Amino acid sequence: MTEVVQPGLPRVLGVVALGGIVGSLARYGLAAAIPHAEGGFPWATFLTNVTGCLAIGILFARLTPGSHPLLRPFLGTGILGGFTTFSTYAVDTDKLLHAQMHAHLVVAFAYFFGTVAAALLAATLGEWLGRRR
Amino acid sequence: MNVLLVALGAAIGAPLRFIVDKHCVARLLQTTGQQVPLPWGTFTVNVVGSFILGLMTGVTDQNWTLLIGVGFCGAFTTYSTFAAETTALVSSGHRAKALLSVLLNLGIGLLAAVFGASLTK
Repeated sequence: MTEVVQPGLPRVLGVVALGGIVGSLARYGLAAAIPHAEGGFPWATFLTNVTGCLAIGILFARLTPGSHPLLRPFLGTGILGGFTTFSTYAVDTDKLLHAQMHAHLVVAFAYFFGTVAAALLAATLGEWLGRRR
Repeated sequence: MNVLLVALGAAIGAPLRFIVDKHCVARLLQTTGQQVPLPWGTFTVNVVGSFILGLMTGVTDQNWTLLIGVGFCGAFTTYSTFAAETTALVSSGHRAKALLSVLLNLGIGLLAAVFGASLTK
């Protein structure tokens, strides 16, 4: 077995930044493709977070101690960390709470709790999928 | 131009999240001696990032929104690591800690966003 050389902090930060750019641009693209009206359900961020959680479940189940040491920082911390977002989730919920729309509180409630339920299910499903074969 | 601003914000936000998590909070937690601490690093970035994005709701300049809001805050905060750390706590038998982590991230994270946004009104 070949010895895994641990990369230094600058290289880890470099791949995290690179992955973060890729993931964030994908999130930005998806948000531009699926815009939501004021008071509407933020589908783009919902889909971003749920698919990102599915992917991180698969990734963590697939990573082994023998995996390249930059794989987790690049794919997990960088790409998926940059792709998914907590801040937009929280601020969009705040906007829904204040929206002057009929049933905006129902949408806020469904979005806030629906995202966390779907995200945790997706991460669990991802781990299960990643462990198969 | 828009793409470059988002990329620049992300190039700062993502590594900063890594540093806060692994080199600040993890080091602090070592001093507490807990074997399975709550994922405080992810909690910290999510709360701070939500507060900053809340503040950004008062900014109308599109360029600052793309750089700080979409790029920096988007990459600094994370949902995937939050979910993965929570399911890891559940599968290792630490259900109460998993529940507490969810309640803290959601509760304090939303409060931070509401508070940040309220300061701009």
